[in-house]
Amino acid sequence: MPSPSYPTLWPFLIYGILVLLLAGGMLFISHFLGERHQEKETDEVYEAGIEATGTARLLFPVHFYLIAMFFVIFDLEAVFIISWAIAIRDVGWGGYLAVVIFVAILVAVLIYEWRIGALNFGPQGKKILRAYRHKIKGVNHNEVVDKQNN
Amino acid sequence: MLLEISAFLVLEKLILVAIILGISLFIAMYSTYAERKLAAFIQDRRGPNRAGIFGILQPLADGGKLFFKEEIIPEYANKFLFILGPAIFMITACMTSAVIPWGSTLHIFGKDISLQVADVNIGILYIFGVVSLGVYGIMVGGWASNNKYSLLGTIRAASQIISYELAMGLSLIALLMITGSLSLKDIVEQQSHGVWYIVYQPIGFLIFLVCAFAECNRTPFDLAECDSELVMGFHTEYSSMKLGFYLFAEYINMFISSAVMVTLYFGGYNFPGMHSLHVSPNTLTILGVIAFFVKIFIFLFFFIWVRWTVPRFRYDQLMKLGWKMLIPLAILNLLITGALMLYLHH
Repeated sequence: MPSPSYPTLWPFLIYGILVLLLAGGMLFISHFLGERHQEKETDEVYEAGIEATGTARLLFPVHFYLIAMFFVIFDLEAVFIISWAIAIRDVGWGGYLAVVIFVAILVAVLIYEWRIGALNFGPQGKKILRAYRHKIKGVNHNEVVDKQNN
Repeated sequence: MLLEISAFLVLEKLILVAIILGISLFIAMYSTYAERKLAAFIQDRRGPNRAGIFGILQPLADGGKLFFKEEIIPEYANKFLFILGPAIFMITACMTSAVIPWGSTLHIFGKDISLQVADVNIGILYIFGVVSLGVYGIMVGGWASNNKYSLLGTIRAASQIISYELAMGLSLIALLMITGSLSLKDIVEQQSHGVWYIVYQPIGFLIFLVCAFAECNRTPFDLAECDSELVMGFHTEYSSMKLGFYLFAEYINMFISSAVMVTLYFGGYNFPGMHSLHVSPNTLTILGVIAFFVKIFIFLFFFIWVRWTVPRFRYDQLMKLGWKMLIPLAILNLLITGALMLYLHH
């Protein structure tokens, strides 16, 4: 016996089938309409005209991996907070207090990540500039420029 | 539940789905035209003006051209994933619009026809879920190309999208406290007799807007395909309709995110003074649909305007904005909204 508030899900099926047909059909048509030719460089990887060397399955900076991990942690917590947000009128201040503790843990994690530098991408311009200024302190400015030019 | 399905209902939904898909594709097509014309206007050029009067047939010519282009699959690419990537991206972009209420109900042949494909009680979560599946389209396609530029574009795009999705979700939670519902239909109906939610959630809306730009890979956040560094980012190796899918789906995403923003913050198909109009319900519904699309077009215009006005961020600035500004701001907004809600209701 279906309850009146039960969502109807079958329209998604219709939608999905139509979208699949559309995408599949367009790929199919373009596959048959497109021209074909085969020359020496046709299947080469495009790297701005320079001959490609090696594979593209490169190692990439671990930062991106870290971001993905943080995303999982934070997104899970966001889902928990959503369930509180829906029921905020029923749970009142007690629930609010609980969520503040929960969010405080989240913020602690964020501050920790911030402090260990996990959220820094690329070199820190200000830090480099400060170190540079520290280095050239006391040295005549022109001298440094001369040194660089040599 | 299955017993409820009648042939008429299936037909009705089928027609509605076909119309919505058609309109989405049509608007996505003409967004490219609007983009080029507006860009031309901003840069003091003429823009496309050869195909048809004022170049109005240009998008059709572009689409047709993509069909007739050669499909090139690079030698060492993973062929299956190379085709799967753009398909996933396109399918997820189209699937999002299933839960958006395009209008109120129409009364035709003595029946109430809802202008929404599926009114599920988890509408917003559905949109978020499908949108995040779109990342797989980028990742699969970019990785399968076996091109260094594609790989760099891919990992950039993936980490950008998931970072901003977080801030987007957190900014939305503050709105959900006020609505108390995840169904988009309910949220629109609540705004029909009160003020629009932009009044209660200005900061939440701003965060959502910035994140929507980042989610759609639009300038100033188009780091995933910035031409000056990465040729064309994750779709460098693509040609023919598969490239068309990537470009097209981006415009569909723009259209859908405009629709979502209008639904959540700008009253959806409601418009000021709609209750004092003395017209038949059907006319009111149609006027509502028109109002909804006018609001969407304003947002689309804004997307385009920003693209040709604001320069691109640097990648570390982008991540800094997402993690160090938007997420703390969203958390603060969430806590303050919650406290205010409870304070005013007790």
